Amino acid sequence: MNIQLPIDVSYFVVAVLFILGLKAMSSPVTARKGILQAGVGMVIATLITFATPGMGNFIYIIAALAVGGIIAAWLGKTVKMTDMPQMVAVYNGMGGGAAAAIAALEFVRTSAHGETLGLATTSLAILGSLIGAVAFSGSCVAFAKLQGIMKKAHRLPAQNVVNVVLGLGAIGLGVYIVVTGHIEGPWLLAFYGLSLLLGVILTSPIGGADMPVVISLLNAFTGLAVGFEGYVLKNPALIIAGIVVGASGSLLTQLMAKAMNRKILRIIFKPITGEAQGGTAVAGTMKEASPMDVASMMRYAQKVIIVPGYGMAVAGAQHKVWELAKLLQELGVSVKFAIHPVAGRMPGHMNVLLAEAGVPYDLIADLEEINGEFDQADVALVIGANDVVNPAARTDKASPIYGMPILNADHAHNVIVNKRGKGTGYSGIENALFYGDNTMMLYGSAQAAIAEVIANVKSLS
Amino acid sequence: MEGFIYLYVFMLAAFTGYEVISRVPVILHTPLMSGSNFVHGVVLVGAMVALGAADPNDPLQIAIGVFAVVLGAANAAGGYVVTERMLAMFKTGKKKEAK
Repeated sequence: MNIQLPIDVSYFVVAVLFILGLKAMSSPVTARKGILQAGVGMVIATLITFATPGMGNFIYIIAALAVGGIIAAWLGKTVKMTDMPQMVAVYNGMGGGAAAAIAALEFVRTSAHGETLGLATTSLAILGSLIGAVAFSGSCVAFAKLQGIMKKAHRLPAQNVVNVVLGLGAIGLGVYIVVTGHIEGPWLLAFYGLSLLLGVILTSPIGGADMPVVISLLNAFTGLAVGFEGYVLKNPALIIAGIVVGASGSLLTQLMAKAMNRKILRIIFKPITGEAQGGTAVAGTMKEASPMDVASMMRYAQKVIIVPGYGMAVAGAQHKVWELAKLLQELGVSVKFAIHPVAGRMPGHMNVLLAEAGVPYDLIADLEEINGEFDQADVALVIGANDVVNPAARTDKASPIYGMPILNADHAHNVIVNKRGKGTGYSGIENALFYGDNTMMLYGSAQAAIAEVIANVKSLS
Repeated sequence: MEGFIYLYVFMLAAFTGYEVISRVPVILHTPLMSGSNFVHGVVLVGAMVALGAADPNDPLQIAIGVFAVVLGAANAAGGYVVTERMLAMFKTGKKKEAK
């Protein structure tokens, strides 16, 4: 009986399903079908793997599957929509960790039998381990930051030197293991320890709007690690899925970095840390507006553009914001949402939140579409967004975000900025928009502030 | 020669990954990242194969293998649930039930 043939056929089908699924997921019309296809692929792959010739340890496998799968699915179901970015980071890190662990197990197993893996296999196993371990510990740090466990960006003195030394150290040790064949405990432990440390040190100083790029980069890393370990195990499903994700993840990372006009290397070696150079100080005063001022401005406007940011996500105010938008629409005001590519903590984060609240996606415009329209807008309502509307990015060469394309909210006739307080926000950069002549500040948590505006608009109609 | 076949597979897979998502609207960036995060959850399969080949009398091998399968299963299951939840929220204002 030849069980290998059905297994090979299944893995082939799985690879096709994954690619079709990813393809479908890049269009809003077919996206749900896409995740379903990929899901079917995953189920087939998992089931057929039980038929692999010579498999043992079924009790361990089933128990581990159940523990990991059930806990993760339950967490994924119950987590709040605003906490999604860190969940993606955490699941991604786990994939990287799994890839690194596969290589570790292969090393331990073959050396117990006195075998060797061969030069190419050992090299890719080591490379996959390095990348996987960095993705694992880096994602844990990303999670801790987004979850608010780790508040500040920690920057070592001579951070870049440490990065390079650690990186070269891990690579050097990896090369040493490959060349000399010293696949023994102490060397492996040192190698994995160094790789994990590298992930932590690389991601610790990164903050602000750079976080989404880093998560995307780590996602691509995990893909590559999975692809390399696929070669070690000679498993085509792992190779294809891993490398496809590695490539598409790299492209996604580039798209995001480009939207911010930042280079990926700069993000890692010259992160915006907050306490660093805040750019030129801004002169002027901020004018405070009452909810009634805001309500009347918007009630009698022709055109309102709403710019949501992370502050809206934190306050969970997307439903209130959509309620306000609907109310204004009923009163004949044209309302649109303008989304900066890196608003929030992940690209598309704001789109997801607005979609959750029920905002139809034809009201949502991205940077290129909407930027020309601010000049005709009577009111730009900025809710918890900061860097993505900071005009310093256009003019102030000293500002860390100089050169990043921004939403031209300051071109609107009136700008209303909703913000919790007077601070400089997540990235610690002063924002000249807040001091503009046509700008008024609406202080308070987005949820409460927008609710008050809604009540006032109702009283006017 | 066999090694080169794998090299070709790597290369073609890389181009596929690049092409498959080259025109994706910003609105789908997060779900797509989450979706590709789910797809590399197939690492679960590799973890199962590795654990399946481990020596049951060596606690170290079993421990590493179980660790790998737990993480892989979490990547796959969690990745699916999160992506599905995000995509479930997308709907148009006008009824566009086009296929």
